Amino acid sequence: MKRSLHVYAVLYLAFLYAPIALLPVFAFNDGTVIAFPLRGFTFEWFRQLTEIPALHAAVLNSLTIAVASAVLATCLGILAARAATRFEFPGKKGIMGLIMLPLVLPEIIVAVSLLVVLLQLGLSLGAWTVILGHVLIATPFSIAILNSAFQGLDTSLEEAAIDLGETKLSSFRLITLPLVMPGIISSLLIAFTISLDEFIIAFFLTGTDPTLPVYLWGQLRFPQKLPVVMALGTILVVASVLLLTIAEYFRRRGAARTGQKDAGGFL
Amino acid sequence: MSDRSTGPRFGRSEAAQGYLLVATPLAYALLLLAVPLGAILLFSFWTQDYLTLDTTLTLKNYREAFTDPLYGELLLRSLLISAAVTAATVLTAFPIAYFVSFYVPPERKAMWIFLITIPFWTSYLIRVFLWKVILGYNGVFNTTLMGLGIIDEPLTFILYNVNAVVITLAHAYAPFAILPIFVALEKIDRTLLEAGRDLGEGYVMTFLRVTLPLAMPGVVAAVLIVFIPTIGDYVTPRLVGGPDGLMIANMIQTQFLKLNNAPMGAALAVLAMAMVGSVALIFIALTRRFLRAPR
Repeated sequence: MKRSLHVYAVLYLAFLYAPIALLPVFAFNDGTVIAFPLRGFTFEWFRQLTEIPALHAAVLNSLTIAVASAVLATCLGILAARAATRFEFPGKKGIMGLIMLPLVLPEIIVAVSLLVVLLQLGLSLGAWTVILGHVLIATPFSIAILNSAFQGLDTSLEEAAIDLGETKLSSFRLITLPLVMPGIISSLLIAFTISLDEFIIAFFLTGTDPTLPVYLWGQLRFPQKLPVVMALGTILVVASVLLLTIAEYFRRRGAARTGQKDAGGFL
Repeated sequence: MSDRSTGPRFGRSEAAQGYLLVATPLAYALLLLAVPLGAILLFSFWTQDYLTLDTTLTLKNYREAFTDPLYGELLLRSLLISAAVTAATVLTAFPIAYFVSFYVPPERKAMWIFLITIPFWTSYLIRVFLWKVILGYNGVFNTTLMGLGIIDEPLTFILYNVNAVVITLAHAYAPFAILPIFVALEKIDRTLLEAGRDLGEGYVMTFLRVTLPLAMPGVVAAVLIVFIPTIGDYVTPRLVGGPDGLMIANMIQTQFLKLNNAPMGAALAVLAMAMVGSVALIFIALTRRFLRAPR
């Protein structure tokens, strides 16, 4: 039983990693067609990446949006997670349910509903409208991460600080914040990654300046540009994995700091 | 805790403090989620008259959605694809969650879960596109099978159709199914399983009568968290679906951005959500007996 499950698990991981594993294969392949057999090894596609101004503009745009979304979503996440874990109030379930709703809502619904309202209000689309949408979908993830950070917190530590003469605010700053800091960093990184990768909302709300995924989407139509897309994808995947590894490191440190059992997982 | 927060030093009640904290995220969700969702609903009762928006309330869009077979077919197909993806994802995810929860040593569980979640966080567009590379006519799958001499000519039923959409989406939503089931399995008190076996049940019966019912909350959560977002997927049907694999989100996008008929797009969005919402509610009602808290 254990053996067959183990084999299945390894095969399943192979299935999960198959697309990502192929990326570098084609990114370094010296052929314009994305198919086997492979031709030879080249850095050409990576070199070409450095020569596309539209791509650089899209990367910059995406980074700006991702940083802003990560900071805003984490701020909202801190407020909501603190309220949910520390206080009881009527209607809490419903309120938290509404805030967490984007987690299950199809992104296209979020995108078109925001689009309709923004256009009706006569507002012009741009980076800021994408940020509005990304904060909405990243906040539930931030809350999920921060909930576990706040949950593991021993409230008697804060109470002790208050008894020793600190104000509520200073005890939050001196006691609570340092303890949940790993959770906050992890939330920032996850929200950043979500925003950087998100396509549908950006596609609808981006206006004239494309984000990186919207730019990529445009390139997928041109077969001759695909090797460059593979090179770009390789860089993106390496960056995502690095960010996630850092996020996971902080999440674990946070779990250890507040004395939780580490069961893993961001959700 | 409550006696402290109502104490004179704090002034405000616990509920008031909670509201004060949650006010900003709540206001954000109301303004940017609840209001826009309401707007979509309202829009679906309006009509587009070339460049102007006719704001008299009418059921015209819904009538059109129900009479034009194209819309009906897309909605039904989207629902069926979502159901197939959900079944495939949850059934293949369960053994993984079970393996990690029951057979992986505790200190290595976090690493396994991390390994499972990594692909999910890498560029969605690129992952979907690579499935096209894998499943294509000259793709990795076909050339490998032909190289091994298993098939003589490329299989064509695996790209640009519903199968490709199901495989790709099942891949995309895998962690969403694995994590809730894993969490539910982790909560199971292992002594219950020993008790089941001590009382003479075999491994299979213990699994069916103890483990599975206790894991059901996780399975139900997995089903919902895969089923509901899947219906709105745009990228996968567009890239690997071909003409017969298109889904309702592709039509919603066409209505909004190409045909400039936002009200019709809104009506289709509302219908898709209503459909997926009612199926989800029926599913919850059917599985309710598993979800009651154990006494």
